[in-house]
Amino acid sequence: MNSLIACHDCDLIHRIKSLPAKGTANCIRCGAVLYKHKPNSLDRTLAFAMAGLILFILANSFPFLGLRIGAEIRETTLITGIYELYVQGMQVIAILVLLTTVLVPFIQMMCLFYILMPLKFGRLPQKLPWVLRFLRNLQPWSMVEVFMVGILVSVVKLAKMAEIIPGISLYSFLALIFVLTAMTVSLDAHLIWQKWDENR
Amino acid sequence: MTSDLKTAQKAGLISCHSCHLLCQSANGATDMLCPRCEAHLHDRKPNSIARTWALVLGALFFYIPANVLPITIVVSLGKSQSETIMSSVIYFVKSGMWPIALVIFVASVFVPLLKLLILIFLLIGVQRKSNWRRQDRTRLYRITEVIGRWSMVDIFVVTILVALVHLGGLVTIHAGPGAIFFGAVVVITIFAAMSFDPRLIWDAEETIHE
Repeated sequence: MNSLIACHDCDLIHRIKSLPAKGTANCIRCGAVLYKHKPNSLDRTLAFAMAGLILFILANSFPFLGLRIGAEIRETTLITGIYELYVQGMQVIAILVLLTTVLVPFIQMMCLFYILMPLKFGRLPQKLPWVLRFLRNLQPWSMVEVFMVGILVSVVKLAKMAEIIPGISLYSFLALIFVLTAMTVSLDAHLIWQKWDENR
Repeated sequence: MTSDLKTAQKAGLISCHSCHLLCQSANGATDMLCPRCEAHLHDRKPNSIARTWALVLGALFFYIPANVLPITIVVSLGKSQSETIMSSVIYFVKSGMWPIALVIFVASVFVPLLKLLILIFLLIGVQRKSNWRRQDRTRLYRITEVIGRWSMVDIFVVTILVALVHLGGLVTIHAGPGAIFFGAVVVITIFAAMSFDPRLIWDAEETIHE
């Protein structure tokens, strides 16, 4: 049964064939991507997750925008923005922002460490199936790249009111977007399941 | 050509939605778990059509207050001024910054509505067992999965504005009630896209060929 796969968009059964380097297998009926060959998938994903964690810490430790009116400068980190919302009685929105820009990306990286670190040293993490499934369910809720567009819009909105000072963490946010996207794209879940089946 | 094409459902198999393992379906048994990843197995997402309809209608309902109620309230020198999404779009168009007006309009007004309309279109197509351009309809579904998240832009903008503009009581910005409805629309439409099962688009064909 492991040599077959059903298309997730139209349920058509396909035989799994080995792909050439960087090849993609598409469903012959609806065109959905069934699986891809991703070179060095696990090493790459682990590397991106590590880089992502460093950038994540930077992005959340320093202010990403500052505002100068006269002599007064006001700076904000992501957490202070969320805190302000919470204090103003917008708890639901505060939690939504906290989840989509801080918690979910962080948990995603942690899940990947849990799965990939032991695999790197030839061991299988015990809760691998559960964690990999959880990781997949989290995917739609990670929105760092959308947050970046939010920063751009805010800058334009405030530009007339006061002078905008870009903070250090603005650059780490920018880099974090690319690293998190690369991390998600380079992960080959199919390969991990294969390793799980072989070693159990 | 269709004779050698077989779906998992017809072969008595269930594809695990989480790890894509093909599992033998035990007829009549409910509440089966994937032997590999322990996800619940369903040959189609449960109550897909009813659930998606409910979520789509819920989101449509919230879409109105999200656009009518103020999303930010600017208090300056004791005077307060409410801003809705459309009023900020109009403000940017008038002040000549149409690229930013376009970004806000597309992300906050156009995308959620487009997503809901596509889902309604797909639901009606499935219910009528339509065979019309199934491949394109599946593609439309993939689009709805991708675009929904971008509507969060305005929520993030509110977060940033609230944090930054807080200058010693002279000018402050508060989040308005519209923001809550707006957040609800984004979250509900993401769940709506998740609960729709694109395989239903293709199921109609098999019943015809039988």
